[in-house]
Amino acid sequence: MVKFSDDKINKVNEIIARYPEGKQKSALLPLLHLAQEEFGNWLDVPVMDYVAELLQITPIEVYEVATFYSMYNLKPVGKYMFEVCQTGPCMLRGSDDIIAYIGTKLGIKPGETTADGMFTLKTVECLGACGYAPMMQLGKHFREHLTKEKVDQLIEECRSKAAQNN
Amino acid sequence: MGVKLLLDKAHVEGIRYFDVYRREGGYRSVEKALKEMTPDTIVEEVKKSGLRGRGGAGFPTGMKWSFIAKPEGVPRHLVCNADESEPGTFKDRYLMEFLPHLLIEGLIVSSFALGSNATYIYIRGEYAWIPDILEQAIEEARANGFLGKNILGTGFDCEIYVHRGAGAYICGEETALIESLEGKRGNPRIKPPFPAIKGAWDRPTVVNNVETLAAVVPIINMGGEEYAKIGVGKSTGTKLISACGNINKPGVYEIDMTISVEEFIYSDEYCGGIPNGKRLKACIPGGSSVPILPANLLLKTAKGETRYMNYESLSDGGFATGSMMGSGGFIVLDEDQCVVRNTYTLARFYRHESCGQCSPCREGTGWMEKILKAIDTGKGKMSDIDLLWDIQRRIEGNTICPLGDAAAWPVAAAIRHFRDEFEWHVLNPEESQRRNYGLAHYADAREVVA
Repeated sequence: MVKFSDDKINKVNEIIARYPEGKQKSALLPLLHLAQEEFGNWLDVPVMDYVAELLQITPIEVYEVATFYSMYNLKPVGKYMFEVCQTGPCMLRGSDDIIAYIGTKLGIKPGETTADGMFTLKTVECLGACGYAPMMQLGKHFREHLTKEKVDQLIEECRSKAAQNN
Repeated sequence: MGVKLLLDKAHVEGIRYFDVYRREGGYRSVEKALKEMTPDTIVEEVKKSGLRGRGGAGFPTGMKWSFIAKPEGVPRHLVCNADESEPGTFKDRYLMEFLPHLLIEGLIVSSFALGSNATYIYIRGEYAWIPDILEQAIEEARANGFLGKNILGTGFDCEIYVHRGAGAYICGEETALIESLEGKRGNPRIKPPFPAIKGAWDRPTVVNNVETLAAVVPIINMGGEEYAKIGVGKSTGTKLISACGNINKPGVYEIDMTISVEEFIYSDEYCGGIPNGKRLKACIPGGSSVPILPANLLLKTAKGETRYMNYESLSDGGFATGSMMGSGGFIVLDEDQCVVRNTYTLARFYRHESCGQCSPCREGTGWMEKILKAIDTGKGKMSDIDLLWDIQRRIEGNTICPLGDAAAWPVAAAIRHFRDEFEWHVLNPEESQRRNYGLAHYADAREVVA
């Protein structure tokens, strides 16, 4: 069943309290982040409905927001998502080669997930790390100054982390 | 070394933490503002300083503040725009990551000036680790009496909350940002009413960029008149420039707006020149939406005068031969870069980021991306170049918010200055896939002079 732990419910209430009374809908973006982290890194319909219920808004108000912002995943993604920037400043520093290299290495195209569910490759638009290009977002953090060697290391790092957690 | 007002303490060890920041003179402006000044005198100082919005539009901050409505019994809000998303721009990230207390200090003073008891920092969702840094700084400031109830015993209450976005360039537009803060899609509002009258939750609201609010700290400390003495003309104070692309030392630099573009690119104090001895081809000096300039027009104006890193000089010549200061996102292209491909990636960016409200932008950005992709991959026609020109012209000025203009300008400038490179792609579809066009006539002005 889709339900936050008591701990997370406290967090939800703390977030709602940041906004004026009666304006709890303002907490929608932060709550969707929280829900995505909590329920498998994507927003299934029951998850969105649950968030609507928490905020006492209609489900459509959640769907229209979830579909607007690029960070909400509307279908399952791999355990590790490589979000590689492809906009101008990164392109000037070789992001095309990095994206192609990751694709070849993992045997997937941008937008796809490896068969073992481990990696998703996603191309994204400017993430604000232009001076440290090429770069990708991996979870909460940026990985910058990417080279093919660094990509190899990252893939290894993710695989060994996943092996440790199992 | 130029004057530094924001980053002068950036390299002090531990400056991210309250104790060190305070020891280095931090939070003096809060004491001065709350104890010795009134909201009105603070607004006056900011007006005198000549500070212009550092997010890109360059609107005078003091004037923006003076527009805020003060209806009886209605709360007002200050919202900090940390949705930094303009390609080439990463200065606010640097400020928040390394000098979080500078922003918090500026926010407290500005909140007092505007009468905001609940202030929000709207930060782009991808900067996912930075809210932790900001929230820690907020907690430290509160623990030391600079936030919360009755700050420093003055009776002023203020809370600062961090609100994370979720991936949408458009939320950097202030009314889209407000919509997003209210938990909606980031669709810009029709103005008027302006946020100063009806903003977040229909309350009077001021939205200012991170760097703008940080600059309030030195303005209060040194006085608006002293601040205005730094810089030149209407480009007062200092500006953060985030430099990227083909340069030896990409990064964030604080400049006092009196240095030349040439010095900024080639001096070791700043970008350190272009790697591998390559020559300069072009530059987008103020974030992806401002016009790209070929090297010869970048370093010298059309009149042959030296071009400087400030608002007036960068826009000298208008869009025909000049560009804009914009957000300070400085993108350098060396001789091996392809202007068509670069323009295509930017067109793709704007198509991806259009909110879809206005048809000229929603449809036009997609058409421009498709046509540019065709030219870039050797499938373009000569008539496509005129078609592109026509589309951008019909987007500009015909949308609710400036995203339409931002999408149109880079395409227009690329065709204006590099039309021969577009034509070469069309005429040489196979060769264009094997090599770049190179420098052609856009010679590095330094070599022409030599």
